[in-house]
Amino acid sequence: MLGLSKKDTTFLLIVIFLTLATPILLQPFPEGSAMAQFNAGYPDLMQRFAIYGIFAIGFNILFGLTGYLSFGHAAFLGVGSYSVVWMYKLLSYNVLPGLVLAVITSALFALFIGYISLRRSGIYFSILTLAFAQMSFNLAYSVLTPLTNGETGLQVYTDDPQILMDAASPNSPHFFGILMIESTKVNIGGWQFTFNNGYYFCAIIAIIVFYLSLRIFRSPFGTMLRAIKTNQTRMNYTGLNPRPYTLAAFVISGMYAGLAGGLLASMDPLAGAERMQWTASGEVVLMTILGGAGTLMGPVLGAGFIKYFENIFSKINDNILHSWFSALPDGVEDAIVFMVHPFIGKGWSLTLGLLFMMVVIFLPGGLIEGGTRIWNAITGKNRKSNKPGKDGKHHPKPTAHVN
Amino acid sequence: MDAIILQLLNGLDKGSAYALIALGLTLIFGTLGVVNFAHGAMFMIGAFCAVTMQKILGISTITLDPEKLDFLGKPLQIKTPIVESLFGKGIGDSIINWSVPLSILLAIPVMLVLGYIMERGLIKHFYKRPHADQILVTFGLAIVLQEVVKYFYGANPIPTAAPDMFRGSIDFGVLIGFAENAIIYPAWRLVYFLFSMAIVGAVFAFLRFTTFGMVVRAGMADRETVGLLGINIDKRFTIMFGIAAAVAGLAGVMYAPINSPNYHMGMDFLVLSFVVVVVGGMGSLPGAVLAGFLLGILESFASMNEVKSVIPGIDQIIIYLVAIIILLTRPRGLMGRKGVMEE
Repeated sequence: MLGLSKKDTTFLLIVIFLTLATPILLQPFPEGSAMAQFNAGYPDLMQRFAIYGIFAIGFNILFGLTGYLSFGHAAFLGVGSYSVVWMYKLLSYNVLPGLVLAVITSALFALFIGYISLRRSGIYFSILTLAFAQMSFNLAYSVLTPLTNGETGLQVYTDDPQILMDAASPNSPHFFGILMIESTKVNIGGWQFTFNNGYYFCAIIAIIVFYLSLRIFRSPFGTMLRAIKTNQTRMNYTGLNPRPYTLAAFVISGMYAGLAGGLLASMDPLAGAERMQWTASGEVVLMTILGGAGTLMGPVLGAGFIKYFENIFSKINDNILHSWFSALPDGVEDAIVFMVHPFIGKGWSLTLGLLFMMVVIFLPGGLIEGGTRIWNAITGKNRKSNKPGKDGKHHPKPTAHVN
Repeated sequence: MDAIILQLLNGLDKGSAYALIALGLTLIFGTLGVVNFAHGAMFMIGAFCAVTMQKILGISTITLDPEKLDFLGKPLQIKTPIVESLFGKGIGDSIINWSVPLSILLAIPVMLVLGYIMERGLIKHFYKRPHADQILVTFGLAIVLQEVVKYFYGANPIPTAAPDMFRGSIDFGVLIGFAENAIIYPAWRLVYFLFSMAIVGAVFAFLRFTTFGMVVRAGMADRETVGLLGINIDKRFTIMFGIAAAVAGLAGVMYAPINSPNYHMGMDFLVLSFVVVVVGGMGSLPGAVLAGFLLGILESFASMNEVKSVIPGIDQIIIYLVAIIILLTRPRGLMGRKGVMEE
C-alpha cells in the first residue's frame, strides 16, 4: 500500500493508530485517583508531542542518515514561527497560508545556510550551523526588531491589517473554521478524555510527514545518504558527488523544522526569539539521540519521552513524594525523599542530563536499542544470531603482509 | 585615537577569557583528541570557587552585646568572621578583602582533581568513539555540572567583589601620554588581562622548558612512537587534562568580579570559545590565544557607535561572521597544523 512493503505498511498503520488514539492511551488513570498526575492526555502536552516529534523526525533525516550533526536547527524553528504569526497579522487567523509560507521560507533559509555550511564536515559543520543559528538569534533580538518584535516576541495586535478578516472570522488560530483550541471532552466511567482539534491537526500532519520520512528512508536517495555517513571517501571514488544529496537532506530537515515551528505558532499565536537559541537546537539533538538516531521511531519516542518527563517530573514536589512513601517508617521516608529531592521539580534538567549521559555511554542506539536488547533477551534471539559474526568465520583469513 | 585605544582595552578582558578557555580546549583536543563540551562548565565551576571562598571567609561567630539593642529591642548581634578572630582584625579584614585572588589557591587543587576524575572516569572510555559521541557525552556532563551548581547555589547571579584596591578605575590615558580622563579603564579588568597573560605564558613555558612538557609535545605529535619508547603517555595526558581544567577554572575565578557568576555562564562562554578554537585552528595553542584576543577586540570594535551606524547589528554577529569567513577560506583556521581535523 502507498508504495510500501507489507512490513512497512503494518508499521505505518500501527503508528497511525497509536497517534490517533493518543488522547485515550495517555490517559490510563481515572480522574481524581492518586496516579492522575501521570496522565498526559491534555491538549497542550499532546500538541507538543506531535510538534516536537515532527521536528525530531526532520532532524533525524539529516543527522540519522548522513551523520552531519547540526547545532543550528532551532533557527528554522524560529523562522517557521515568525512566518505563521506574520500571516496572522497580514491576512487572517487561518493557519494554512502561514504554514505554507513557513515551509517555503525555512526551505530557502536552509538552502542558504546548507549551501555554505556543507562545504565542511564534522565539527566544522557543527560550528558553522551553530554560528548561523546564533547570528539569526542575535539579529532577531536586536536589529530585526521591526520584523520580530525583539524581546517581547511577535504577536497579533488589534491594529494589524488582517485583510481577510471579516466579522464572522474566528479570533484565534483556525483551519477553515476549525478552531485549534476547541476540544471535545468525553467522560467514560471515571476517565475523562480530551479530543482536541489542535492536537488532531498536528497529529495528521505528523502522520503525513512520518510517511514521507519512511519513504525517504526506503528510497535510493535514503540509501545514498546512508552511504555518505558510512564512507564518504569511497563514495567520492565511485564518482558520486555527495554535496547535492547532503544539501537536499539539509533542506528537507530544515523544512520539517520550519513546519514544526509553524505549528507551534498555530497552537499558540506567539513567536519569540528564544526559539532560535542554541539550547533549542541542543534539545532536538538530545531527543534524537535519546530515542535512537537513524531509526524511524526513535526520534519521535525521544521527543515524547523528554516532553513527557519535562512536564510530569517537574510537577512532582516533596509533598507528593511524602504521600507515596508514607507506608514506610518515618526515618526511611524522609531519607528517600531527601535523596530523590534534587532530581524532581526544578531538578528535572539534572535527571535529563544524567539520563542522556547514560544513554550515550551505554546505549549508543538510544531507547530503541534498549528496547531491542530487552526484547532479544526475553525471546533469546540474540544468542544465536550474534555469535557467528564474532568468531571470524565470515572474515577473510589473515594473510602475510608480503605476498 | 583615544577611542580606538579604549576599544582595544575593552576587547582585551573578554579576549583574555576567550583565550584562556580556548587554550584549555585546545590542550585537551591536542593531547587527547577529545572535543570537550564540558569545558565551559569548568570555567563556571572556577567562578564558583571564588563564590565558595567568599562564603567560607564570611563564616562568622555571633556574639551578643547585652548593652546595645538592635531596632527590634533585642540584644545587638555582633558578627565576627572566624578569620578575624584567628588572625586579628587587620590581617583578617585584608584576607576577606582579597578573597578572589585567594580563591586561586582553592581553585587549582579543586580543578586538577575534577579534571583528573573526569578524564579517568568518563572521557577515557570515549577515545575510540566518534567525535559526535564525545561532543554529546560532554554536553550531557555540562548539563549535569550546571544543574548541580544550580542546586547548591541557586539560579541567581552571586556578586563577588574584587579587592578594594582594584575596585575603581584607573586613568590609563595619562600613563601613555593622553589628556586626563580620555581613557578610563576599570582596574580589575587590567589585572585580569595581566593575569591571563601570565597564565598563557606559564602554560607555554611549561610545555617548552620542562621535560614533562617536552614529552607531552612529543605525544601530541606522535602518540604511538612515544608509547613505544616506554613512556606512559596516557598518564601524562591525564595530567594535561587536569591542567587544562585548572586553566579554565582560573579564568573563571578571576572573571567572577567582572561578571557575577551564575550557573549558565559557562555555556555562554563555551559556544564562543568553540568558535575561537576553530578560528585559531584545531590543535594549535598559539592559534587559540591569538584568535581569542583577536575576536575579543573585534567584538569591542564592532560595538562602537560609529561602526554600528554604518552596519546596524554588526556587534551581535561579528564573531560568527568572522568564523564563517575564516572556516570557508582557511580550512585549517588561522594557525592550524596540517593534517589535524581538516575534514
